[in-house]
Amino acid sequence: MTISIDPQKTNNESLQPKGWLRYFSFSLDHKVIGIQYLVCGFLFYLIGGTLASAIRIELASPMSDFMPRDVYNQVLTLHGTIMIFLWIVPVVNGAFGNYLIPFYVGARDMAFPRLNAVAFWLIPPSGLMLVASYFVEGAAQAGWTAYPPLSITTPQSGQIIWILSVLLLGGSSIFGGINFIATIIKLRRPGLKLMQLPMYCWAMLGTSLLVVLSTPVLAGTLILLSFDIIANTGFFNPVLGGNVVVYQHLFWFYSHPAVYIMVLPAFGLVSEILPVHARKPLFGYTTMVFSIMGIVVLGLVVWAHHMFTSGTPPWMRLFFTIATAFIAVPTGIKFFNWVATLWGGKISINSAMLFSCGFIINFVFGGITGVALAQVPFDIHVHDTYFVVAHFHYIVYGGTVFIIFSSIYHWFPKVTGKMLNEKLGILHFIITFIGFNLCFAPQHWLGLNGMPRRVAEYDPQFQFVNQISSLGALLMAISTIPFLINVFLSARNGKNAGDNPWNALTPEWLTSSPPPVENWEGEAPLVEEPYGYGKEISEQK
Amino acid sequence: MTTLDSSKEIQKNNSEVNETHQDFRMFGLITFLIADGMTFAGFFAAYLTYKAVNPLPDGAIYELELPIPTLNTILLLVSSATFHKAGKALLKDKNSDSQKWLFITAFLGIIFLICQLFEYFHLPFGLTDNLFASTFYALTGFHGLHVTLGTLMILIIAWQSRINGGRLTSKNMFPLEAVELYWHFVDGIWVILFIILYLL
Repeated sequence: MTISIDPQKTNNESLQPKGWLRYFSFSLDHKVIGIQYLVCGFLFYLIGGTLASAIRIELASPMSDFMPRDVYNQVLTLHGTIMIFLWIVPVVNGAFGNYLIPFYVGARDMAFPRLNAVAFWLIPPSGLMLVASYFVEGAAQAGWTAYPPLSITTPQSGQIIWILSVLLLGGSSIFGGINFIATIIKLRRPGLKLMQLPMYCWAMLGTSLLVVLSTPVLAGTLILLSFDIIANTGFFNPVLGGNVVVYQHLFWFYSHPAVYIMVLPAFGLVSEILPVHARKPLFGYTTMVFSIMGIVVLGLVVWAHHMFTSGTPPWMRLFFTIATAFIAVPTGIKFFNWVATLWGGKISINSAMLFSCGFIINFVFGGITGVALAQVPFDIHVHDTYFVVAHFHYIVYGGTVFIIFSSIYHWFPKVTGKMLNEKLGILHFIITFIGFNLCFAPQHWLGLNGMPRRVAEYDPQFQFVNQISSLGALLMAISTIPFLINVFLSARNGKNAGDNPWNALTPEWLTSSPPPVENWEGEAPLVEEPYGYGKEISEQK
Repeated sequence: MTTLDSSKEIQKNNSEVNETHQDFRMFGLITFLIADGMTFAGFFAAYLTYKAVNPLPDGAIYELELPIPTLNTILLLVSSATFHKAGKALLKDKNSDSQKWLFITAFLGIIFLICQLFEYFHLPFGLTDNLFASTFYALTGFHGLHVTLGTLMILIIAWQSRINGGRLTSKNMFPLEAVELYWHFVDGIWVILFIILYLL
């Protein structure tokens, strides 16, 4: 059975609403859906960031004077859930994946465009539900992990809305994952081999495998948890003969791979950005591919390193320590490949490059503390302290969010046809980088000295360091201002970018900017060497 | 000929068609079923862990009656065979035969659900009695939900394979093939569930 597309009339004007209105429509165009993901995710980032600022204001003093203790717990729960499920996962997968993957495989759209739109339109309602759950009597306050028995014994109405919202977001994520796998494996342009794909395709393939294999387990777990809350069953309630550790196993079977769902696409994006701005081929393409797949396989068998203090037996601790330490190998390979890509390159110091380099620096810190946390004796010492908070913010903010900003600077000319202002961009980078490190580096010290996470009050001896951290958070909040000004000004009055301002060789730059509705005028180009920098242009097709 | 969703309107407006790609809806469905299977895998893992580490209180250990679930296993296995017959018949353009086999399959699915409900009403435990009872109802209930959805889908495609005006023909087999694959998947899950819940 074959499916037909007409390449001649690619600019079929009558197809969809024009202008900004199409971003509010049930559009099937992968580019529109990508931007919908990005903008929607960014709005939730602003909400989550406001909550983060509230947390840091509260922690600027040892007593709970800014907000009551239970409100603090509700705020940190909402902050974590929004940032993970509504900002990082949808943006780094949905937004950039939807925008770029069809270009990279030489297609006119995703494999299942309607499913794609459904996957996006699940997000705004579930996000609104999640935010609304804060305002009901008894908002969720068990953290983003929703560990029982805490999630069963705390007020329940908010927790149930929280579960429904996360289930919907999980469904959206699974639909997206199915779409990416089908697009990358099945929808490739004839003649384009797997090992010629840009690295982001491999990262998204690995990520989507993790999404498809692990997200359903979270869904099942949350359904059981909701039975415990609503129907008074005892799956995870020790009073009724249940077992809380089973919840932790099932939860982390999703939520450890979720770390890779959040960070693998960022690995892919940085692998696209660095070669362009360093004018060098990506170093070690094949090792990169095998590293991604190695991380996917290992990522599925390391979850219990989150549970070293949950009464795990010694053999289990041993296995999960070793497996976790092994993940450092493929990750290290990727890190050295990025550095080798930069080495001897003709580097342009622009905002995209700066954010990518910031990512590399922050990610090394986050990676090293990650290997440290995999060691049982050390983990038992710092478990549930601010050391863990510092570690994962170095991964998800210092890693992924830096790459999201880098990608916005890199692909803004593609999407709008206008350049972003470089001065404002560099200002944005400097404030973000200083603010981020000022905020989270001191938290390593706090954790090592025993300050527990998720508690509104703390020992007054930690006050000074906490205030440094809060100052950093203030800078991070301020850093959003030049970024927003930049985006709004540049979208209106920015310098015209032309079709390919970076002289990049990856396929998305080989069409006009912004691209036509079905991506290419005529046939999609065959890009056999997406990283062929430093060679004669005429060798490129 | 099937159409890619986004290109439907374009095709209407343009008669010249010169670019094609394969139909990969089945590929997408298989990926989805792997995901669905992982949900069951999570439930099975939870059940087996409970069995291994959470001793049940006295009086909470039941000898489950085997006749009904065994009958149910046979019903589902036979229904897989009858569904297969329906597909064969449609391939030979025998729409009325196909429709007959589909109705038989749906009927077997409904009998399965009735037997399941009958078993529920005669079990000596309720949903919240103890951990085993809760897991039992969660597993069989989640599977029963799949059977219910499958039966509804079979009835829909049986209606669609009617002779006058039905959209299922030997040239448009996908809806039938998709539901068939889903139905075999649900049967396979039941066999695993039967083994670990009743026989182990």
